[in-house]
Amino acid sequence: MNELIKKLTEAYGPSGFEDGMRDLIRPEIEPYVDEISVDAMGNLIAVKKGDGSGLKVMLAAHMDEIGVMVSHVTKEGFLRFTNIGGVYPHTLMGGRVQFANGTIGVVHSDRLTDRGKIHPLNKFFIDVGATSREDCPVGVGDAAGFVRPFIAQGSRLTAKSMDDRIGCVVAIEAMKKLASTPHDVYCVFSVQEEVGTRGAMVSANGISPDVGIALDVTGVGDVPEARPMDVSLGKGAAIKVKDAGMIAHVGLVKVMKQRAEEANIPYQLEVLEGGSTDARSIQISNAGSAAGCISIPCRYVHSPSETVDARDVEASINLLVEILSKPIAL
Amino acid sequence: MNELLKNLTEAVGVSGDEKEVRLLIRDLIAKHVDEWHVDTMGNLIALKKGTGASDLCVLVDAHMDEVGLMVVDYDSNGTLKFEGVGGFDNRALLGKPVQVGPKKLAGVIGARPIHLLKASQRNSVVKMDAMRIDIGAKDKDAAKSKVKVGDRAAFVTEYEEIGPTAIGKAFDNRAGCAALVELLQAEPYPFDLYATFTVQEEVGLRGAEVVAYGIKPDAAFILESTPAYDMPTKDDVSPNVALGKGPSIYVMDRGTIQDPRLVSFITKTAVAHNIPFQIRQPGGGGTNTSAIQRTGSGIPAATIAVPGRYAHTPAMMINLDDYANVVKLAETVLRNLTPDTVKRNA
Repeated sequence: MNELIKKLTEAYGPSGFEDGMRDLIRPEIEPYVDEISVDAMGNLIAVKKGDGSGLKVMLAAHMDEIGVMVSHVTKEGFLRFTNIGGVYPHTLMGGRVQFANGTIGVVHSDRLTDRGKIHPLNKFFIDVGATSREDCPVGVGDAAGFVRPFIAQGSRLTAKSMDDRIGCVVAIEAMKKLASTPHDVYCVFSVQEEVGTRGAMVSANGISPDVGIALDVTGVGDVPEARPMDVSLGKGAAIKVKDAGMIAHVGLVKVMKQRAEEANIPYQLEVLEGGSTDARSIQISNAGSAAGCISIPCRYVHSPSETVDARDVEASINLLVEILSKPIAL
Repeated sequence: MNELLKNLTEAVGVSGDEKEVRLLIRDLIAKHVDEWHVDTMGNLIALKKGTGASDLCVLVDAHMDEVGLMVVDYDSNGTLKFEGVGGFDNRALLGKPVQVGPKKLAGVIGARPIHLLKASQRNSVVKMDAMRIDIGAKDKDAAKSKVKVGDRAAFVTEYEEIGPTAIGKAFDNRAGCAALVELLQAEPYPFDLYATFTVQEEVGLRGAEVVAYGIKPDAAFILESTPAYDMPTKDDVSPNVALGKGPSIYVMDRGTIQDPRLVSFITKTAVAHNIPFQIRQPGGGGTNTSAIQRTGSGIPAATIAVPGRYAHTPAMMINLDDYANVVKLAETVLRNLTPDTVKRNA
């Protein structure tokens, strides 16, 4: 599985520019589903048919990652940029980014007059080795993602864009393991989550599911001076109860807990104070659906070194398979 | 003199009260389209049937409304309290003439003359709730007899042309409306073209949220006027867009990442037909594109805009060559659009 995680996390795919990600994921999921399609915004929708006795269940794992977009090229060939999604200035200094055409850039900022204070985003620039506007290989409107190799150390897995390539991995692995299901499962690899869960919104409008389950990362409270949060790495799949954008369907949360307990899958309950997921869009699309989220606990979200625990990933896959294998009574 | 731009910008259509502009546009397009209707919100929706050469269905949108003011109360001295309809910089309001209500009564946003300002007042911005519209009424009753609470007030700027430059109010977005009118007055396209002249963009894309539901187009193009900030600066920074450098193509703003296939098709078409264009600096701002893109199960969408200086103030400025090139680029894009540009091969 680490090979798949490496392949997906190291690939390029900022929000709105997920074509390459879709091409990578498609062959991974295609053998395990009955139908596959791509909608107008670029969501990849893989359908596994049930036996007709169950519900219409939509899963959503987003393919996109945070990134940057060039807003100006200086006459010396440096790039000013704006954010795509939640990019924090303090995670940028000395980092590297990659453009769709393969160009790599180093990120730095204007001179710091006070080293205790970091500049805002508009004082950062990217150096791609150009010396003028004319010889600069990228231009205004070009998007870049971060660059960082995947590493596995014990059970800890670190990469850029674990958010949410690890959710994509959970979806793929669960569909591999899912022998049979009463439900029609619409496994959606969504676009543009990081800029406001835009892809899941339209895919859910098209699918009109009874149940929506997002597969995404969540924050943790187990690092020095963290904001108090009862989720830790290595303690199991997180069953979302609430985040800043959604209150999970109470019946669905109950089903998730019950399946985890029956199958001895470690789990923790998640209340996330900031942020939300595709489940928020699915919940209120069309006439509404019962929505929830299986979260993979993740340290350092929206930094180039997002870190998860392999045991939590396993637990998330197993929990999803248990939920999908059995009737969902809401 | 471009009569179309003159008539459209001098007409009044503050968000939620777009009837005058809608009637004007209806009369301009009626004999060039096969069907038209007005929906519940007040959007004008027209269908220009295609030649049958392509089975695509394409939507082109331009919002009709402009930013303005709304009368909310009367003062005892006969002046009118007001709120903004759409976004304003308060500094752009003081001392400006306005036309109030359906009878277009002349008024002015009153300002204390500089002679009577204390030194400290000269350096501070007057807030909107401290401003009043003066219509020359002698007291509250006189004001009440002329103006109703809820009446809109709009800027008064006569359309003028100076060389390649046009000055007027509400180029945001009558420039887009004028371009769309011209597209409809042209020969039929290979496919059915739906034109939507939408209401209430300036207060949150409210007309656009509903306009595409019944149409379900394969692609959508949004015609806009985007603010140009291209005054000289001492730093090496980009103007977001500049006057005279051609149609501005959106890639990303706060509300939308434009469909990359359409963006690339538009820029390639511009290059192939020698039409100048500029990429609008990505970042803030928002247009109807975000509402239309996310209608139903999604619509590939992109935005082409006429750069305009001094948006959301009484007097805007556009370059007429930019305007003509927006019309030319949009028409060329439509005439060359094929299904393989927008349809996904599963």
